[in-house]
Amino acid sequence: MANMCPYGHFTHAVVRGIPETFGKKAGDSQENGEVSVDLAKAQRQFGCLTGALRQKVGLQLIEIPPDPELPESWKIEDVAVIHGDTALITRPFKQQRQSEVEAVRRVMSELNLTVVEMDREQGDSVGATLEGSDILFTGREFFVGISSHTNRRGAEVLADTFRDFAVSTVPVCDGARLKNICSMGGPNTIIFSNSDGAKKTLRCWLGARRLCVMLDVRVCLQMMEQLTDHHYDVLTVPEESAANCIYIKGPSKRDFLLHRPADECPDSVSAFQKLQDYTLLPTACSEASKLGASLSSLCLLVNRKHTYF
Amino acid sequence: MTTEAGSETEVKEKAEESAAEPDQSEKATEDSQEVANAEVEEKEKAKVKEKEEKEGKGISRYLPTWLKKQKSQSQTSPTKEAPPTEEPVSKVTQEEEGPAPEVNGHAEEVEEKEEVKSEQVKEKEAETHSNASADTEPAKEEKVEESAEKSPEETKETAEGEGAEEETKEKEGAVEAEEEAGEGQTSIFQSPLRLVRKNKMKLVVCHVTLLDGTDFTCEVEKRAKGQYLFFKVCEHLNLLEKDYFGLAYQDNHDQKCWLDPTKEIKRQIRSNNWQFAFNVKFYPPDPSLLTEDITRYLLCLQLREDVASGRLPCSFVTHALLGSYTLQAEIGDYEPDQPRPLDFISQLTFAPNQNKEMEEKILELYKSHRGMTPAQADTQFLENAKKLSMYGVDLHHAKDSEGVDIMLGVCANGLLVYKDRLRINRFAWPKILKISYKRNNFYIKIRPGETEQFESTVGFKLQNHRAAKRLWKVCVENHSFFRLNAPEPPTKARFLTLGSKFRYSGRTQAQTRMASSLIDRPAPSFERTSSKRISRSLDGAPMISITEAGRESAENGREPHLELHSDSKVTVVDVSPGDAEAMPSQHSPGSSELGPPQSSLRVHGDNIYVRHSNLMLEDHDKTQEEVLKHQASISQLKRSFMEAPPPSPPQPNQWEKRLTSSPATIRLQQQQVVSVPQTEAATADNTISDTKEPAKTTEVEIEETVVVQEISRAPKPGLITVAASPPAAPSAEQEMREQEVKVQEEAVVVEEAKPRKEESISSESESEEEAEYHPYLPVSISHTQIPEEKEEEEEQEKQEEDKTAELQVLASDASSLPAEVIQPAEETSREVEESRKEDDTETEKTTNAEEEKEVERETEESTDDPMVTPDEAPNGLTLPEEGVTVMDAQAEEEEEPKMNGEPSLIEAEPLPQVICCSEPPVVKTEMVTISDTFAAQKTEIATKEVPIVHTETKTITYEAAQLDGNGDGEPGVLMTAQTITSESLCTTTTTHITKTLKGGLSETRIEKRIVITGDCDIDHDQALAQAIKEAKEQHPDMSVTRVVVHKETELAEED
Repeated sequence: MANMCPYGHFTHAVVRGIPETFGKKAGDSQENGEVSVDLAKAQRQFGCLTGALRQKVGLQLIEIPPDPELPESWKIEDVAVIHGDTALITRPFKQQRQSEVEAVRRVMSELNLTVVEMDREQGDSVGATLEGSDILFTGREFFVGISSHTNRRGAEVLADTFRDFAVSTVPVCDGARLKNICSMGGPNTIIFSNSDGAKKTLRCWLGARRLCVMLDVRVCLQMMEQLTDHHYDVLTVPEESAANCIYIKGPSKRDFLLHRPADECPDSVSAFQKLQDYTLLPTACSEASKLGASLSSLCLLVNRKHTYF
Repeated sequence: MTTEAGSETEVKEKAEESAAEPDQSEKATEDSQEVANAEVEEKEKAKVKEKEEKEGKGISRYLPTWLKKQKSQSQTSPTKEAPPTEEPVSKVTQEEEGPAPEVNGHAEEVEEKEEVKSEQVKEKEAETHSNASADTEPAKEEKVEESAEKSPEETKETAEGEGAEEETKEKEGAVEAEEEAGEGQTSIFQSPLRLVRKNKMKLVVCHVTLLDGTDFTCEVEKRAKGQYLFFKVCEHLNLLEKDYFGLAYQDNHDQKCWLDPTKEIKRQIRSNNWQFAFNVKFYPPDPSLLTEDITRYLLCLQLREDVASGRLPCSFVTHALLGSYTLQAEIGDYEPDQPRPLDFISQLTFAPNQNKEMEEKILELYKSHRGMTPAQADTQFLENAKKLSMYGVDLHHAKDSEGVDIMLGVCANGLLVYKDRLRINRFAWPKILKISYKRNNFYIKIRPGETEQFESTVGFKLQNHRAAKRLWKVCVENHSFFRLNAPEPPTKARFLTLGSKFRYSGRTQAQTRMASSLIDRPAPSFERTSSKRISRSLDGAPMISITEAGRESAENGREPHLELHSDSKVTVVDVSPGDAEAMPSQHSPGSSELGPPQSSLRVHGDNIYVRHSNLMLEDHDKTQEEVLKHQASISQLKRSFMEAPPPSPPQPNQWEKRLTSSPATIRLQQQQVVSVPQTEAATADNTISDTKEPAKTTEVEIEETVVVQEISRAPKPGLITVAASPPAAPSAEQEMREQEVKVQEEAVVVEEAKPRKEESISSESESEEEAEYHPYLPVSISHTQIPEEKEEEEEQEKQEEDKTAELQVLASDASSLPAEVIQPAEETSREVEESRKEDDTETEKTTNAEEEKEVERETEESTDDPMVTPDEAPNGLTLPEEGVTVMDAQAEEEEEPKMNGEPSLIEAEPLPQVICCSEPPVVKTEMVTISDTFAAQKTEIATKEVPIVHTETKTITYEAAQLDGNGDGEPGVLMTAQTITSESLCTTTTTHITKTLKGGLSETRIEKRIVITGDCDIDHDQALAQAIKEAKEQHPDMSVTRVVVHKETELAEED
């Protein structure tokens, strides 16, 4: 269809800086009590990421300045779902985060993207919540993790926005986010984690489908295969945090994979090295991951040279 | 083969006719029809003779003309249409088949007769042939036989116009033929025809809305089948790749339904609203694989409508893009001078919520397509449309098990479950073991995953039973079309079903692709909705024109034989029942992937579907490994079977473990023995592509019943004959033969009835209450199916059938009613029924009882039963026939053409064991249980709620090349016969030992029937293997000639 092209072609990346309030969760300051984060380190890591995107991959980077009032605004992935020239501005689960969308909306407009609002467009979207970290777009279809932050209504809005694509829902439980256990590792490759957490998710997923529970990764694959009309290669990694990567086919037509470095995911690096002809960009993300985020949470990827064919 | 045999007979008849009625022959083509009638009469006459003679050949005569037509057409067609390569094959097949039976039987005589007659009547015949077989070619001449029947049809066809699709012609021809036949009322058989004829009189005007919005009006007989109208429309559209399309109508509840091509239109629309819409029924996943632009164009039209109406949701951009391609295709290059292009665009509907913004976008994109030809634009349109997630998805409202509203989407890949717009589950066809519905419930049985132990069944609730049935049918059709190499329902399957089973009857995608790859005609010119492009020659126009010209020229370069090919109804398969078997076997290995060679065979004929045995139903989905395993085991069995030493003294093969005790089985066996006639009948059934087999099924049962009666009644002339025969062991076989002969006769009658039934049944076939479908890939011979749920005939349909049947019956003359047919057998049937009621065992019991009564009978019965007949084995050995035999065996039923020729048996014996058949001679036959008959009878009672016995019966027959009974000419003398019955827990073993003197040789035939009673699924392969093994151990010096596996299952009701 018009909007269908292999996954990974991007020209722009939109990021939002780490605010001083990093680590304080929006709304309640109680939750983060346990987590101690290093703001400076987080900002350093953020800098590395943006540097890689700009200089290594060659994307045009748009950085939205941080807003101390929005401690979680750096998780910019959550607030928009972009494909082709359409950007769906989401409605984050937390009320306090919903104002994060404003700045992003502005940028989207500046990029000449067609902005779709969850609020206005959908009369039936009352109560709909959707966060980008629950959405896996493969270039051919969407998988939406129905999680604590994303509900079915939100997924419906997504389906209504991107009508060309199949939108499949995947129950995700235990507070996990879909993007935490899988991400795209290539135009036709999904990186899956083989960790217990991922197994749990899959288990729930499976349980929802049928009342049988399997802990094997193969089951996950089966699950994916079950819902999709397409075939994907699956790259499994032993560590859950390693499953979230950023794949970009940059302007240079080379394959880049931003992944967690060896000191964060020592067992998974070898798996990435199986990818042929990839430029691997180890990118640290330890601080953000303490807050439940990951590499992909930090950026929105846009393709402004989208062609229709 | 059968066909040919029949044809020969026909030839004789012809000759006779010509001789007797020179006038007719002399008459022009028109007369040919008359000739057909005459033939019928002659046939009747011949009948008697034949009966005495006991040749199977006669059967063909009895077959309804139209049935024959199909066969003949199919046969003929290959010659015409089939690519050269194929033709030879088909011919060969025919030849082989045809001659084989003769060899055994009186082929020589026949030939001689033919010659003589032919000489005498030369001129006359020549005329007739020429007239009749104008189309026909040398091949036909060879097979003069066919000419008689075919000729009229062909002539008609020719007369009517060549351009028209063959199918259409066939139909027409068939109709005409029927009419003609009707004229000849003399014969009993004609009665069915009469019915048709009567119906014919009334013409109805059909309005078909085409994809471009125009109306196509045509007149059809009130009794015409859906196919007829469909072909008319396709003809009008000049469409060859028509299998992706269908005719839809609105039922009384305003629901869109697909017109079943095999059923009468009138019975489907129910209301008197003869309004139809020509639509895409199966959306090709990859339109670029379509052969012709016109097909793509029609698909585009459908998709434009789908998109504009919102049925096919797309994003804004996609709407714009598709719209721009539409513009490019319809009006050519964007013309800068054109004033207010937007106004023009806004007049067209591209999207449900079209707005100015979209129109501007469309225009913008449209400008960028400059230089693109309409065909290219269409292609681009399709390339984009096919990627839409809802492309080709047929949505049905439903509720899940928890009452939540969902949508079920049927598509090429499987079944999708949507909640609102979200896909929440997906069941690919390979994951689905069974599809069924009951009342308003729709069920799919899911294959267990790697880690799961049990299959699970997912149920959905639909609005009402009609919706459930509609969904089920769509699933069956989509699965068949996209997943099978060939349509599954072999004739027999339908037999079992009693017409209740609905199956996809058209070509599968694989077949249609094969067929369309043979299309070789200059691209047909067609006008796009508003093609003004030609007038525009400025700017890019020249480019365009050039391009087009180039294309066209290229296209033109192709030879214009397309039509034939496209239609390519010519089925090699048609030739013989054996072919049908072969087909399945072929399928089995490759399952989903067609072997090119195999596919070629199949592809050709539309008729193919008919031929396919139930095996086809088996899943594709089984993993290749499974299939392979299966086949391996099967092949092992075969091997062992074949390798078994064929000691001259025939010993009981214990293959019979699973021998069918059911009457159906008996019939089958008999058929085998009698081979020719029965085979023909079978073939006929198979051949009848259009007709639905359900009716046949019923008939079959009837036949069985009849057999029983006959046995009792029949004085066993065979015995007498036997005395004459010199060979050692005449008894059993002879008896068998005799019986068979009788049976054959009966069968013939049944056949006659069949046509009628078919009609009625066909219409009836749709059961509204429930139905099942196993989306298995057709593993040709794989017995796997058996253990699984064979194609369960949806017997629920029976109810409908009953209702419908009643109606139909009433409408049609009583004579045609299946019930009536059954009646003759009633006595027997009653008994049988009772026994059947009891279960499989019952049948045996019955048999036993009868046996006790009369040894002879027993023998006969036993023979009927799939017992191992040593004699047969030796007989079957006949080398020359082997090939044929194999073919036959493959045929769904065991057709052993040789059987007829029985005499040669002895000689052949040495060979028989080695059934060289690469293809296992195992034939799966599904028999309709008497219960069906019951239902049929009840139909008369008009009971709407007939207690339906859900019984599945499957019969697999494995036969070594057998000698059909000793030919008529070689009767054997019955020396001794005894029957021993022993029972254990769940096994009943009945052993018939018959010693026969035949031609100086004494044959001992041991027929053993083992009935295994149990609720659990039995691994038939295992059972078979074991039975064979035991048999070998017990009688190392004997060979196993035939193994019949008959499975009768009470369908568990799923609520």
